[in-house]
Amino acid sequence: MTEILANLNYWVTIVLMISGLYIVAAHGNMIKKLVGLSIFQTSVYLLFLSPGKILGGTAPIISKDFDLYSNPLPHVLILTAIVVGVATIALGMALVVRIHEAYGTIEDDEVHDMERE
Amino acid sequence: MMIVAVYGIIRSRNLFVVVMLSGIYSFLMATVMVVLDAVDVAMTEAAVGAGMSTVLMLAVLGLVRSREAPLRHSPILPIIVCCLTGGMLIYGTVSLPPFGHIDNPQNQHVAPYYIENSVRETGSPNVVTAVLASYRGYDTLGETTVIFTGGIGVLVLLSGVMTRRRRFNNQKESDE
Repeated sequence: MTEILANLNYWVTIVLMISGLYIVAAHGNMIKKLVGLSIFQTSVYLLFLSPGKILGGTAPIISKDFDLYSNPLPHVLILTAIVVGVATIALGMALVVRIHEAYGTIEDDEVHDMERE
Repeated sequence: MMIVAVYGIIRSRNLFVVVMLSGIYSFLMATVMVVLDAVDVAMTEAAVGAGMSTVLMLAVLGLVRSREAPLRHSPILPIIVCCLTGGMLIYGTVSLPPFGHIDNPQNQHVAPYYIENSVRETGSPNVVTAVLASYRGYDTLGETTVIFTGGIGVLVLLSGVMTRRRRFNNQKESDE
């Protein structure tokens, strides 16, 4: 039982990751694809942050009252990743607006149909 | 908390208010991050993920059609691919170290050095700030470069959308 619970954080991460992957793969609407992409990104944040947590530790802000802190390194990496993720989403949204201007639709299949004609 | 987040994600797949639900999902994820002791990350996620992304997506939704067409292909192939990937990933977690122990390899590398020496070397009690701005300052420089490039890309892509749209509307009015 403890062995199952010991890896539960990874499993939650994997479920989120697979949900994001499914949305990106199965849905044709581009905005929905971007939402799926951001969900995939958040699962990666969780993948980095959850191993850095130390049971019984506190947030890594040095104080005399505590002597056990969680690992600060993943926090730094993920701070960078969040900001880069927003830049990605913003660029994707701009592309969606341009595609809508050029084709009048944001559905994958309809754009393909127009290309074929 | 994590189960609530998963619940939010499953709902956002079914419902049509995807954007609002993704904002809620980001906020739940920020709560999970507080539980995982990553307070700085949680603050950024709440501001950027739940706030800014939602506003961006709503702005785009105002410009484009906000209904999703029904799926044309059957979703069976993506489901099979996703299940295979998930199965392999779960198989990979079996040999990973257990949750929350200080003896795990990732907590024994540079993290103890940062925690012991950052106050003396940088003068900041917040270790995350010290690492971000001092030990890994080049990372942060690269990050700002990425945002700068992203901003330029958005501006280039969107320049002229409004003017073209206005010209198009004027033309339609004069045609009538």
